[in-house]
Amino acid sequence: MTLPPGSGTVGVVSSTSLSTPFLVRSSQGGLRRRLRAVAEAAVTPLTLDDVLDNFHPLRSGTDLRGRIVSVEPETADAATIVIKPGRDWVGHEPGQYLQVGVDVDGVRLWRCYSLTHGPRPDGNISITVKAIPDGVVSNHLVHRARPGQMVHLQQAAGDFVLPQPIPRQLLLVTAGSGITPVIGMLRNLFSKAQRPDIDITLVHVNQAEPHSIFKDELRAHAAAGHLRLLEHFDDRDGLLDLARLEALVPDIGTRAAYACGPSGLLDALEQWYDERGLSLNTERFRPTLLTDAGEGGTVAFVDGTVVEADGATPILDAAEAAGVLMPSGCRMGICMGCVLPMKEGAVRDLRNGEITVAVPGETAPGGVKIQTCITAAAGDCHLDH
Amino acid sequence: MTTITKKSENPIAHLTPEDIEAIGQRLDEIRQEIIDSRGESDAAYIRRMIKTQRYLELGSRAVLLGSVFPPAFVAGTVGLSVAKILENMEIGHNVMHGQWDWMRDPKIHSTTWEWDNATPSDAWKHSHNQVHHAHTNIVGKDNDLGYGIMRVDEEQRWHPFHLGQPMWNFINACLFEYGIAAYDLELGRHLSMPKDKRPESFKANAKATLAKIRKQATKDYVVHPLLSLPTGSFVPTLAANAIANLARNLWSHSVIMCGHFPEGVETFEKASIPANETRGEWYVRQMLGSANISGSKAMHIMTGNLSHQIEHHLFPDLPSNRYAEVAPKVQELFEKYDLNYCMRPLVPQVYSAWHKVFRLSLPNGWLATTNAKNLPQQLVALYKISTADKRKRRTMLKLLERKARQEYVPAA
Repeated sequence: MTLPPGSGTVGVVSSTSLSTPFLVRSSQGGLRRRLRAVAEAAVTPLTLDDVLDNFHPLRSGTDLRGRIVSVEPETADAATIVIKPGRDWVGHEPGQYLQVGVDVDGVRLWRCYSLTHGPRPDGNISITVKAIPDGVVSNHLVHRARPGQMVHLQQAAGDFVLPQPIPRQLLLVTAGSGITPVIGMLRNLFSKAQRPDIDITLVHVNQAEPHSIFKDELRAHAAAGHLRLLEHFDDRDGLLDLARLEALVPDIGTRAAYACGPSGLLDALEQWYDERGLSLNTERFRPTLLTDAGEGGTVAFVDGTVVEADGATPILDAAEAAGVLMPSGCRMGICMGCVLPMKEGAVRDLRNGEITVAVPGETAPGGVKIQTCITAAAGDCHLDH
Repeated sequence: MTTITKKSENPIAHLTPEDIEAIGQRLDEIRQEIIDSRGESDAAYIRRMIKTQRYLELGSRAVLLGSVFPPAFVAGTVGLSVAKILENMEIGHNVMHGQWDWMRDPKIHSTTWEWDNATPSDAWKHSHNQVHHAHTNIVGKDNDLGYGIMRVDEEQRWHPFHLGQPMWNFINACLFEYGIAAYDLELGRHLSMPKDKRPESFKANAKATLAKIRKQATKDYVVHPLLSLPTGSFVPTLAANAIANLARNLWSHSVIMCGHFPEGVETFEKASIPANETRGEWYVRQMLGSANISGSKAMHIMTGNLSHQIEHHLFPDLPSNRYAEVAPKVQELFEKYDLNYCMRPLVPQVYSAWHKVFRLSLPNGWLATTNAKNLPQQLVALYKISTADKRKRRTMLKLLERKARQEYVPAA
């Protein structure tokens, strides 16, 4: 039986209040624990949480989930999704991201999205998703997600956040959906009763004006003098030439710099900053389009063992041949006795060639479970075993 | 029934190796069609099924809190029986087969699922998924054939002990979940070993099984009745739980007997299975080693779609809600290659399975050589065979078989 954090525990009691309140609270805690034990005994082999999840999936003490409150289109291919998170959501700092697990066509898939608000008075959280071509999850969220649907969440993570105290001069460079962590920072700054006195320059790069997420909001802030907005549209201005950056932002060397966007831009920016001995904070989105799976590869285990596995040999056989103690069963793909979680990598089902991929942050946090007896390595794999 | 290779007319003798590989390819195609099309509606099906089952069980248990009132007792008992059957058959059995692993939902996954049954899921997955499904109907390898307590094949030597097998089978049906637990532990084999020779794994497994049984029994026979105590319903609630467990045992035993026991299902000789059995050969063994039950959609769901036993054995990891769609394609393949698709409605199929249990409880040829007129002599002969010593018994059994072959049409 697992107790949710905080349930049935005695609160912090000061030494002066050790009399009645303590006894009352402790007996309440004890009673609660006993009631829970009875309830658990009454529903075994389920846990009480399994039962309660049917009625109140957002309560404290269960897996973190969220309910979609609204889906608001931002552009033709981007939408902001407001989610009411479960009680155990501990909050976030603007600029952080979270992992969202969504059932797409029946399959639970996980992706990382930046939070696009600061802490909100209604306690909800929001992400803004841009549907990318062939993006299974992003297209689902933008075009098919509806209020009321449940999603699975992990706590917020990431260190792409503004330091405290906030630097007086900021340069923010964003491209495409790279605006999402930055809009979270900006909304948080501008929502404060007393707006901090910060000189902000935002270089916002997009392929074309209609693709630009949050452009009206950003332009309004620029018009109000909250920030200096440099909008760059590739179709109008050509590809962003970093040589022009210094001309655009003359005091670039004195500004704390934060950039988020595709790898190409970030690599170029990092080089630019390195050459000048300046520092740059970046947030990288993993390219969601994966390279084609290969034939064979290595299989790494938790204890550090790395096994070479060709594309025609089941991982189970390859690992056993190399002396790894593996769980096994029927060896023909029917008994699920050999299933292990793959944290990262790609495998091919030898029966039908189907590829299964695990990408940290994009697939389930515990990895994707694979049948080692009928899958071969299709790239370098890490197994949690 | 005789193992396929010892039959006078081997039902697969007409298949060339090319035929067998073609069958394998076609079955792989059928499997792939389902994999390519499984998705949201299938996921919705199993989630709805799990939710329905949980509401039904909770609702029935709630109603039983007042089971001292007869209508509450009847409704609660029926509801709880149905819920327990769904939980074990359409949900537990199929989830543990990995039929829903593709959803990547850690709560509905073969590696995490635990079911409402005396045997722990890990023990069951080993003996069922691994041993039974891989070695289906191979005499001496598939312990599901008779569960080690029954004679299910003519080639097994008859022993007077087998006269009682209809009784053993009935007792096993009533206590089926405990029978399965004992069977998953290989209790008979292990208990016959000296205590200090029993493997550590057995001790650990036995401990886990006992812990599971204790939890199950506490829920059904202690906690739930005690919760019913305020309305004076302790005894009726206890009875309701016992009835629901008995109903599930009898039902699941019947369904499972129908899967591999009925007349017309083939068994296989250990020696006839090549060391490197091809996928096609394995498929053919599954095709002939299983039997279906025809019936309504509700019946299929209540059997956990094991009424599509043939399809289940061919594709144990396909979602159960899709077997009905696969069945006509599989049946077409049987017809194309002139194979026997063994399917009957529930009652004839259960009868057929029980008939075989009775027939094989008697020496080979006894039933065939017996009629109303010679019954007294035959009973005397049976008594003599049963009480004779080992050597004499063997001789008498041989004579009986010869007599049956000479005078009567051989039994099916």
